[in-house]
Amino acid sequence: MSILLDKTSRVICQGFTGKQGTFHSEQCIAYGTRLVGGVTPGRGGQMHLGLPVFDTAAQAVRASGANVSMIYVPAAGAADAILEAADAGIGLIVCITEGIPVNDMVRVKAALAEYPCRLVGPNCPGVITPGQAKVGIMPGFIHQPGRIGIVSRSGTLTYEAVFQTTRLKLGQSTCVGIGGDPVRGMNFIDVLALFQADPNTDGIIMVGEIGGSDEEAAAEFIREHVTKPVVAYIAGVTAPPGKRMGHAGAVIDGGRGTAAAKYTALERAGAHTVRSPAELGVAMARALKSRPARRASKAAAKAPSRAASKRASGKPVRASARTVRSKPARPRARGR
Amino acid sequence: MNLHEYQAKELFAQYGIPVPRGRVAATVEEALAAARELGGSLWVVKAQVHAGGRGKAGGVRLCHSHAEVAAAAKALLGTRLITHQSGPEGLPVDKVYVEVGSAIEREIYLSLLLNRDRSRLSFVASAAGGMDIEQVAWTSPEKILKAEIHPAAGLQGYQCRQLAFGLGLSGQQVSEFERIARGIHALYLDKDASLVEVNPLIVTKDGAVLALDAKINIDANAVFRQKAVAAYRDPAQEDPMERQASEHDLNYVSLDGDIACMVNGAGLAMATMDLIKLHGGRPANFLDVGGGATAERVTVAFRLILSNPHVRAILVNIFGGIVRCDLIADGIINAVKNVGVRVPVVVRLEGTNAEAARATLARSDLPITAASDLSDAAVKVVRLAAA
Repeated sequence: MSILLDKTSRVICQGFTGKQGTFHSEQCIAYGTRLVGGVTPGRGGQMHLGLPVFDTAAQAVRASGANVSMIYVPAAGAADAILEAADAGIGLIVCITEGIPVNDMVRVKAALAEYPCRLVGPNCPGVITPGQAKVGIMPGFIHQPGRIGIVSRSGTLTYEAVFQTTRLKLGQSTCVGIGGDPVRGMNFIDVLALFQADPNTDGIIMVGEIGGSDEEAAAEFIREHVTKPVVAYIAGVTAPPGKRMGHAGAVIDGGRGTAAAKYTALERAGAHTVRSPAELGVAMARALKSRPARRASKAAAKAPSRAASKRASGKPVRASARTVRSKPARPRARGR
Repeated sequence: MNLHEYQAKELFAQYGIPVPRGRVAATVEEALAAARELGGSLWVVKAQVHAGGRGKAGGVRLCHSHAEVAAAAKALLGTRLITHQSGPEGLPVDKVYVEVGSAIEREIYLSLLLNRDRSRLSFVASAAGGMDIEQVAWTSPEKILKAEIHPAAGLQGYQCRQLAFGLGLSGQQVSEFERIARGIHALYLDKDASLVEVNPLIVTKDGAVLALDAKINIDANAVFRQKAVAAYRDPAQEDPMERQASEHDLNYVSLDGDIACMVNGAGLAMATMDLIKLHGGRPANFLDVGGGATAERVTVAFRLILSNPHVRAILVNIFGGIVRCDLIADGIINAVKNVGVRVPVVVRLEGTNAEAARATLARSDLPITAASDLSDAAVKVVRLAAA
């Protein structure tokens, strides 16, 4: 099994007939993804890659029964495309597009709370359940069906983690690239909750980076709800403050969002941290072997959380970040 | 993208946010003319640079006569101002802003920015204005007031009143504050800002509320639809290497080490810098060449890297996903030949056809060392840089 995506998922592509949409749709079909059509306004009724093109996402969903959408629409129209997918009833929206204005995403994020859907991204490589389906731009061949869940803010660092776990024959249950933007759909805690509840995931690799405090929030969640071993790496130890390091969200602002603070939080939460991304795979292999030794979480005995297990059951539920945030708030000491 | 204070104040004026009267000047004569035109007997001459901490660095000068205005402009224009935010090289002062002096009763801090944890815009205010807000947040967080804005509802009157009363304002000042807050919010949304900061917002001795300083950053992702604001860009304030890189669509950040990096993907690029440090070296830059590491882009990237005279070795770290590694290897070899790279280059290629790529690199008679994995690459490049 897996989280979010499997071989039964019916996928459409928004921005289907564009260069990116075409190339990556071909790759996804070749991998075995059940692509059932695509959306390009004004080209409805045509065929592309042997699949029907629709003018709107709503038409595509009605005609194809799609429940997943991958979006390659350029940045200026991507926010619109995300909301179009949500309004069409898509359950999992994967937005690959990079460079969406932050104010657009602030509006999208608030509006998505009204829909029973999940958003992955934007500015991300997508989601893959090895051997079943790939929705995104990741190279399929480096993956191997297995039992490690991977969640990451960075594309190429996800590939590193995948490559190492494949080489060590651990394989992956599902890999989720949550993206490098400051305002995004699913966050670490949302994905951690799903992996914790997934019977076919034995361990979790989490790759974070400088900027924001999502890794600190994840650490808190791990401490309270995650009993599976977590191996964590944070990129950007050497990043100078105030500089945006490629990703819109990767910036140390006013002394907040440093790699050091994130490492400290994750270590306190009992995660196995590594200082080199080359050690992600071996650290996971080691953690799995010594699993009984992992300090028992106070939540080990009970289910992760009602919100998390409800969401993992596959029933349509409300937008991700809210449900997890609804756990009793614990005041965290923070800058502002 | 950052704006100068004088540009930010132009926008403030458009949005009805009161600012002291002022004029921008690029020469001493212009500064003098500005002072005469503004009138009065007290002026402030402020260096226009993209860095905070100007006051402490001598970039803000209080002048009591035209002669003092001229002297201040002369002392600032054409120099480089070094503040705690500008880096050791400082930033060029090509313009000064001449403003009428204000009689300050009290100073307030006010900003609007994204609260990343909540994915919403939030006002941050403090009665302890004029000070480093990070310091205040750290030492006395209870002095920080916040108002989070729901994107659908927008800024509400009660939120403005809560901030205003919380800041100890009263009477007419409360509605004046609300007007300012609404102006800032409208400006932020219209111009796709990522930060609007007023530090300080002042109450004058006669009770008026004024934005004494103004800082606006624009969301780089939105510059494409902000043509008017994009014209405010001042390339002279940018790091020359970073400016050159952005012209080629490369993500580059200058660092002070001697090992240059060329990587695909922002996360891996950061991780590569960290690995160099972990193995005892010092990275010279962050450089993300993006997903399609073509020969063309690699060549441009090599030229850019080598324009930094401190570079003693180069680490190329590419995870070839959809692009084949043997093609990337050919691109690297051609680039090294064409650009005339004279420092050692360590190459780590992983992904499709990585074996063939390593063999190709090993066969070349160029100063290229193939690395077997991430750690091996870091160890080798640190050793070569030290040699």
